[in-house]
Amino acid sequence: MKTLSLIINGKKRTLKFHPLSRLLDVLREELQLTGTKEGCGEGECGACSVMLDGKLVNSCLVPVLQAQGKKILTVEGLAKKSLSSLQKCFMNCGGAQCGICTPGMLMAAHALTQKKKKLSKQEIREGLGGNLCRCTGYGPIIDSIQSLGRKS
Amino acid sequence: MRGYLPDYQLTTATNLTDALIQMEKGAKPFAGGTDIMVLLDAGSLSPGSFVSLLDIKELRGIKIQKNIFTLGALTTYSEVRDHKFLQKHFPVLCQSAQEVGAIAIQNRGTIGGNIANGSPAADFPPGLLIYEALIHLVSKRGLRTVDYTKFHSGYKKNLLEKDELIHSVSLVNDFKDYHHFWRKVGSRKAQAISKTMIAGIAKLNKKRVEDLRVAFGSVAATAVRCYHVESFLKGKNLSPSVILEAKKILGKDIQPIDDIRSTGKYRLAVSQNVLEEFLCGIGSDK
Repeated sequence: MKTLSLIINGKKRTLKFHPLSRLLDVLREELQLTGTKEGCGEGECGACSVMLDGKLVNSCLVPVLQAQGKKILTVEGLAKKSLSSLQKCFMNCGGAQCGICTPGMLMAAHALTQKKKKLSKQEIREGLGGNLCRCTGYGPIIDSIQSLGRKS
Repeated sequence: MRGYLPDYQLTTATNLTDALIQMEKGAKPFAGGTDIMVLLDAGSLSPGSFVSLLDIKELRGIKIQKNIFTLGALTTYSEVRDHKFLQKHFPVLCQSAQEVGAIAIQNRGTIGGNIANGSPAADFPPGLLIYEALIHLVSKRGLRTVDYTKFHSGYKKNLLEKDELIHSVSLVNDFKDYHHFWRKVGSRKAQAISKTMIAGIAKLNKKRVEDLRVAFGSVAATAVRCYHVESFLKGKNLSPSVILEAKKILGKDIQPIDDIRSTGKYRLAVSQNVLEEFLCGIGSDK
């Protein structure tokens, strides 16, 4: 076990972890940030997507040691006083169905819309290529992200 | 079942010397983790010590000196994908980086890891084979350079010694006026491991092939250069009958097998078809 500090959604958290613990387990089990979901556990489905130092990663594939001292943004950190514009777009366009993929979709969409907001369907499809929705609700998810571009 | 964590150790090396000392003591290198973490989760990672390389600055970044491009072993797929000069001069590498997994994988996976892991379906090797990259290996004994075309010696086998790390890969920018071609065939566009993939470059002189290099992935124990096809095509006009003959000769260069992703028969047929697609496009660039 090793004492490690992570900056999660702006707050520094220091705890003892096995250095190979998955960032996903640390978030969910040690820090009770259960918004981040586990789907496949092998980097295929994107349900566990978080931002690590500004880049989208699969938290199931990151050993916590490699997140030491780094900034992590989870779905819980997207909303400030109220929901983010992106989250509101998902609500308004029916971008969530059963909800399991939604936190990962939101994080991938957040990463995608950092550089530019107005995106073509093709750009959105590429940006969400690593996120699976087993309800197959891709249409409204893509609409949600496009509607963010129309607002700004 | 997942690997039992107390069976493993992971430490961080902050510089190359530190990493090499730990490797001498038996630690295995750990870069972006996109392969190792999957093995750990599946319970098929051998217990032992690992050393994280991600903090070693010497192994990071893309450097250009005159006409030589050097990619540190920790260069991620995203960095290759988005690099403007690589896009211009080595487009096959950027296209292959863009089609690995999806964004989250591209942000973590490294070129060194992709090479060292040695999967026959790895996406960088076909491009590195046609551009005839050099691979630089480092250990406490020093640095040595090997032709990438000789690096993979068999299924998951390569020239790395146990205490040796991939330091970087270098490429000579020598492909002006070449046609560059990349095609990956998988079950879906993103997140797919390929059934076959082709990387090719070619240059014509008075409608005849002056130089042509072609490599495939996922159709043999390692990615392979197709020397039979290449030598057959040199100096020839790419007529329909020549292309048909080249497709037949491809069977001498690749040995596709049946596995969970595809069958040998399908792989051979599709490989022949994408070879044809490559050959038919040569000379079409403006």
